[in-house]
Amino acid sequence: MNLLNKFMNMDRRWIYLITAICVIIPFLIPIGLPTYTTPPARNIYEKIDNTSDGQVVLLSFDYDAAVLPELYPMTITILNHCFNRNIKVILMSLYMQGIGIAQVALEDVKREFPEKKEGIDYTLLPYVPGGALVILGIGEDIHKTFPTDYYGTLIDSLPMMREIRNFDQISLAISFSGGGVSRTWVTYANQRYGANVAAGVTAVMAAENYPYLQTKQLIGMLGGLKGAAEYENLVEKNLKLKTRKAACIGMDAQSAVHIMMIVFIVLANIAYFAGRRRKK
Amino acid sequence: MRRAGPLKLCLIGGIVMIIQFFIPHRFSKNFFDEVVHWLIVCGVPALVIGYYSIFHVHWTKIRRKREGWGYSIIIFVAVIVVALIGFIWGVGENSVFMKIYQYMTMTMQATMFSLLGFYMASAAFRSFKARTPEATLLLIVALVVMFGRVPIGESVFIKLKLPNLVEWILMYPNMAAQRGIGLGVGLGIMATSLKIMLGIERGWLGGAGK
Amino acid sequence: MYIKFKEVQHIKIIYLFFFAFPLFAQESDTLPLTQKFAPPLDVRAFDTPNDAGKSITVQWNLSPDNSLFSGYEIYRSEAQDTGYQYVGYMGRGISTIRDNRGVKDNTPYYYKVRGRTSTYEYSEFSPPSSSTSSSPQWYHKGKTNVLIGLPLFIFLIFWAVFQAKMGKPLFIRKIDGLDSLEEAVGRATEMGKPVLYVPGTSFISDIATIASMNILSQVAKKTAEYNTPIIVPNRDPIVMSVAQEVVREAAIEKGRPDYYNPDRVFFLTSSQFAYAAGVCGIMTREKPATNLFIGMFWAESLLLAETGNITGAIQIAGTDAVTQLPFFVTACDYTIMGEELYAASAYLSKNPSLVGGIKGQDYNKLVIFIFLALGTIFGLLGNNFIINLFK
Repeated sequence: MNLLNKFMNMDRRWIYLITAICVIIPFLIPIGLPTYTTPPARNIYEKIDNTSDGQVVLLSFDYDAAVLPELYPMTITILNHCFNRNIKVILMSLYMQGIGIAQVALEDVKREFPEKKEGIDYTLLPYVPGGALVILGIGEDIHKTFPTDYYGTLIDSLPMMREIRNFDQISLAISFSGGGVSRTWVTYANQRYGANVAAGVTAVMAAENYPYLQTKQLIGMLGGLKGAAEYENLVEKNLKLKTRKAACIGMDAQSAVHIMMIVFIVLANIAYFAGRRRKK
Repeated sequence: MRRAGPLKLCLIGGIVMIIQFFIPHRFSKNFFDEVVHWLIVCGVPALVIGYYSIFHVHWTKIRRKREGWGYSIIIFVAVIVVALIGFIWGVGENSVFMKIYQYMTMTMQATMFSLLGFYMASAAFRSFKARTPEATLLLIVALVVMFGRVPIGESVFIKLKLPNLVEWILMYPNMAAQRGIGLGVGLGIMATSLKIMLGIERGWLGGAGK
Repeated sequence: MYIKFKEVQHIKIIYLFFFAFPLFAQESDTLPLTQKFAPPLDVRAFDTPNDAGKSITVQWNLSPDNSLFSGYEIYRSEAQDTGYQYVGYMGRGISTIRDNRGVKDNTPYYYKVRGRTSTYEYSEFSPPSSSTSSSPQWYHKGKTNVLIGLPLFIFLIFWAVFQAKMGKPLFIRKIDGLDSLEEAVGRATEMGKPVLYVPGTSFISDIATIASMNILSQVAKKTAEYNTPIIVPNRDPIVMSVAQEVVREAAIEKGRPDYYNPDRVFFLTSSQFAYAAGVCGIMTREKPATNLFIGMFWAESLLLAETGNITGAIQIAGTDAVTQLPFFVTACDYTIMGEELYAASAYLSKNPSLVGGIKGQDYNKLVIFIFLALGTIFGLLGNNFIINLFK
């Protein structure tokens, strides 16, 4: 009983220490457990896979460095998928810091696809302030909203952008965000222009997006590292693409921490009930 | 009387924007553009006020040698040094400024975000107790979702279709609760907007001028 | 419920509404045609509905050889037989385009469409569409349901406010989080420590922030009355300016103008996690007896609430951010949830007009509930009449 009491009142720094151990060990000794694919992740995969010639996929990096560990793996995997299927990609951000992340992501993926060229296979758009207004601008004419690309080249002179005018030519717009930016995309791009919108969000924000999935305002969603791991497995299985599966490695750590928390919660409840019985 | 002007402006502005919402004509669009541009214009002087505030607070701290005044010096030094680096060597790719962003700002922000993992563990340990029947239900559902959202849980209980159960929990009970709250919030936002427009709600003006 | 949710979204965008840019860019049609592929058929062009003008929507029936094409090229002319110029391209399987490349209002246009393969072979052109011209609209027909709903909403609010002003007693259920505000401020006074008020991390355009300012007004009156210091760190300079004004006015109202100290209502930083770090620092250094987190929060919510929990402060949180509520519930003593945030100023001030507004909100909720119930019943019976009213 004394032990349970001590357990109940233990210094929270012990919990922090055990959490740290549970995170670090799976990174050193990966288990590689398979991840079950959920429909929201599969829907994004299929939509990208069925993108027709003449249409592009738009990736909006609407996040800053803080949520990088959780969102970066999914952006890399989707970019890999697009390049592998020869789908042209527009990269942009509604956040000033997001452009830097998009640039780093491009550099990362281009190591696998060095033949991909700016303006032909992908276009990086500069940061334009305005949030929702930028989305509305794309809905009317992307050339007016972004007269040049990130590097200052006139957008009209880029071969892949000549036939892209608005959401009509964008097969899918995916917003990666740690906050509620995906809702802004739903409200403006989907509701107003009928664009296909998907979201890549942090795990904590995933629950908030389920209503939009049910109403088909979002065609799919990747929720946190789990969603990214699902996508990595789909890409690996269907395209036989061998890349570093950062999210899958992270999922081992997540498994360990979840199990640790479940054990702690169960033990805390046992201690709580034991304490209550003793009081009676 | 001091409040009459802002209140009238608020009422007229609100009514005009409601009317604008129903008109797709380009006059309406141009008007809306203008309003948004003014919003951005107003934001810039506000930023100056914000930075004046932070400098004032820290300058006072240094001047009066209040506890921790040394950290206030670090703020001034950091702001000046980073700004100078940006001005002198530029902010392009591979610049020192970008290196500072990449290897200091990004890592510090990611560290703060990562703290959530530790805090979640300790908060769950402390709070998840089956004290009442409702709390017990919440606890069981939480355990199922936690277990079903990671590969180890999926692998162990795949035959029991645990991932499908988790997806169902998120898709239906979770969503029902969210929509209930969402509906109330939506109505609350509308009612508050209306009360502000009509001058019934004045707390945001400081509460005076009743 | 789905309809209601969309409705709420419509309402949320009431202040955010925007339109088209004029466009131009044309290319000449000089490429050779082949008769190998069947052309697309039945090209229809019509003025894009509910827009600012200068836009025509073109639709066509896919060619029987659709699978052989990479997509469709769309051409436009002011004359039916000649002068067609390229205006756009759509991928295979897609049969609609919104043409806004240099379209002039009230000018008749004809459209033709042809298929294109990946090797730049072409089908014949479709027969031209009938002539169509674009024009701007003065009323958005898709918003008729909002136009009907809005006066009803306003009427019910007015009705309830009127009733309250006439002296009709209106019941508001007990909200523990709001009841405990006074106790929380009292505790800080007894301990001789400050109250920390965090007005969320959003902007003043967020109604949750305005609601937070309303609550700050009430809290600042109490702290001014007890002469307990209040610390208000801000993430947005405009919110800071409003918060300064609110605290200053509260101090004046309580007859203590010297209570207001601008160095205690200050701007911290606009970076989300740097702000969280700054506030956590204030909590650990100054050890406020009471922490109030009221407004819009994102991922920083647990960082703030858990740090406050570690310092042993009494904590009251209030937010309409559904995803952050569980964190606040876990780490705070009281949580003001969702719409309770908007009811706070009425609840605390007992002002009849404000209380009436809350009652009006409930009447509106009842109307929505009736439509929801009817929509569900009729929908289950296979009749979508109610559902279609909200589309």
